Amino acid sequence: MSTIQRDPENRVQVLDEDGNLVGERPDIDDETLLDIYRDMKLARHFDERAVSLQRQGRMGTYPPLSGQEGAQIGSAHALAEDDWMVPSYREHGAAVVRGLPLKQTLLYWMGYEAGNEVPEDANILPVAVPIASQIPHAAGLAWSWKLQSIDDDAAADAAAGDTDTAGICYFGDGATSEGDFHEGLNFAGVYDVPMVFFCNNNQWAISVPREKQTASETLAQKADAYGFEGVQVDGMDPLAVYKVTQDALEKARNPGEDQLRPTMIEAVQYRFGAHTTADDPTVYRDEDEVERWKAKDPIPRLEAFLRSEGLLDDETVDEIEETIEQRVSDAIDEAEAEPRPEPEEMFEHAYADLPPALREQRDEFVETVNRHGKDAFLEEE
Amino acid sequence: MSETQNLTLVQAVRDGLATEMELDDDVVALGQDIGKNGGVFRATQGLQSEFGESRVVDTPLAESGIIGSAVGLATGGMKPVPEIQFSGFMYPGFDQIVSHMSRYRTRSRSRFSLPMVLRAPYGGGIRAPEHHSESKEAFYAHEAGLKVVVPSTPYDTKGLLISAIRDPDPVVFLEPKLIYRAFREDVPEGDYEVPLGEAAVRREGSDVSVFTYGAMTRPTLEAAESLAEEGIDAEVVDLRTVSPMDRESIVESFEKTGRAVVVHEAPKSGGLAGEITALLQEEALLYQEAPVQRVTGFDVPVPLYAMEDYYLPNAARVEDGIREAVEF
Ligand SMILES: Cc1ncc(C[n+]2csc(CCOP(=O)(O)OP(=O)(O)O)c2C)c(N)n1
Repeated sequence: MSTIQRDPENRVQVLDEDGNLVGERPDIDDETLLDIYRDMKLARHFDERAVSLQRQGRMGTYPPLSGQEGAQIGSAHALAEDDWMVPSYREHGAAVVRGLPLKQTLLYWMGYEAGNEVPEDANILPVAVPIASQIPHAAGLAWSWKLQSIDDDAAADAAAGDTDTAGICYFGDGATSEGDFHEGLNFAGVYDVPMVFFCNNNQWAISVPREKQTASETLAQKADAYGFEGVQVDGMDPLAVYKVTQDALEKARNPGEDQLRPTMIEAVQYRFGAHTTADDPTVYRDEDEVERWKAKDPIPRLEAFLRSEGLLDDETVDEIEETIEQRVSDAIDEAEAEPRPEPEEMFEHAYADLPPALREQRDEFVETVNRHGKDAFLEEE
Repeated sequence: MSETQNLTLVQAVRDGLATEMELDDDVVALGQDIGKNGGVFRATQGLQSEFGESRVVDTPLAESGIIGSAVGLATGGMKPVPEIQFSGFMYPGFDQIVSHMSRYRTRSRSRFSLPMVLRAPYGGGIRAPEHHSESKEAFYAHEAGLKVVVPSTPYDTKGLLISAIRDPDPVVFLEPKLIYRAFREDVPEGDYEVPLGEAAVRREGSDVSVFTYGAMTRPTLEAAESLAEEGIDAEVVDLRTVSPMDRESIVESFEKTGRAVVVHEAPKSGGLAGEITALLQEEALLYQEAPVQRVTGFDVPVPLYAMEDYYLPNAARVEDGIREAVEF
């Protein structure tokens, strides 16, 4: 039986909370194991710096990810080079793995449109803020690969299209209540597209706990309704996440007979911090709940395993930490050195060709700003 | 004389809602994070412990579900007050708003009306992420069957909210979050109404009429005060309800001054400033001394916050608009 075909009640686990191997070791080389460790550390450190930048007024509202590194980094590393990622607004760690520079993520949350510019060689869609709205996009994106791979002779049968590209789409537990979730997964099943739907069940949608979000026993079982498999994984076990995602991507490319390509993965995990920096979680959750989950922290867990395998020692850990700190502070310097956008930039991307009336609005406005001086417009930070 | 409390605009929302929930058991509030958390802006703070979980309901994350179930609640005789966390997230429920909420009365030949109030924090200026700053009141004002309110003071907020809940028809109640906590005002305890559909003259003047609403009322008044020092006497009219619009007050003010400026933060094209301009054309052409000036947001998506100060009209731009109208 594959990892995916199992009772959703039965959560996949590879490492226990102390980092001991308890499940089947995924097919993964030592270099990737170390990369996963490095990227998790990077995501954690980036997150801590970002929250502190916000506290110092150097960045706007920011959604922290600490606790979710295992799910983000483990799954992102399972993607093949040409695969695509469709993120929510919290996948800063996964995005780095996919090639989005840290500077972009910082800029976006610092309020710069430029942060949304995805480099040509990074297969990742921009951040989606309206909950669940990216899920139908992911279904459509993967559908497009199938449609494009149909050669002319076989054009009649869209469903026959085959593609080596697959993708992963991230969203939270709250997102599973939205209509877009149902419509997106339904399309994915109907058109049998190579997309893995990855639910970061971090237990809370702002203040509403998972039990108040749905009466379903698991989120993974929702996949049943769309005709494909759902699987629950320990989302704070990076190796289990890697394995499940790898299997799901493999199935997306080469489904077995009577199998549909999509999978919904429910990664059970916890976000240690606030929902966003604008949120105060002490209003709705208990500190001992947080402490209980912190015992499952994915980073020490993988670290213990890597040490026991002889892949990591104190010296390497120090080295990794140093490199990461440098990398993050360089990215912050770069982002903060970004010049403030000029007023006309606001008009630049609304249309491919700026309509004449809008050009007039722009020119008049630029003239207005010049007349009054920028200080008349920009509030003090 | 009733006692007063010194409240911010967001506290006035809470007070209005609590007052009406106290008086009328049919009123229920529902939405994301409004219960235990008191709403992301704390507009419903403490209401759940006061009225219980069945009257202040934490719903699943589903705008269509929230608005659609409120439509159902209202057909069943309740007076639901759904909250959408940010007006930028009303679109998943847009179908429910325009296909159902606005036309239930028409569809059922008045067998059913929907006495519901759809509340949402709205507008820009708080340095929020994408989709947290839009002002799309024109969508709702364009939709027949809805009333659309945008208050600008705590006193009005409470009185308008109570009127909206008591109104037999559905009301979209857009709360300018830029001024949720910008200032306080004395607000009477207990219930009182500020009628829907009536504008308020915030500053009397004889040279030019400036029509505005919501958060833009403040920079507009600021501009009017500073121009007064130059001898330009602007009248500032706060619409308060943008649909139905108080056409009489608008026309009356314009007939007095002969010049008009409209200020809103929504995009210029298709915005309500165009509606007001057309109204003056229809009703008061012969009083017109100068072209109507529109000081508005631009026809671009509301930018992220590094540029949002450029997007929102400010006192400088309002002053320019007023000068333009006066010096024509
Ligand atoms: C359509 C929509 N409605 C409401 C919001 C406001 N909001 C932002 S995040 C959030 C909770 C999301 O919870 P979940 O899907 O579990 O993801 P998490 O943030 O926990 O990762 C809400 C209600 C939004 N962004 N989009």
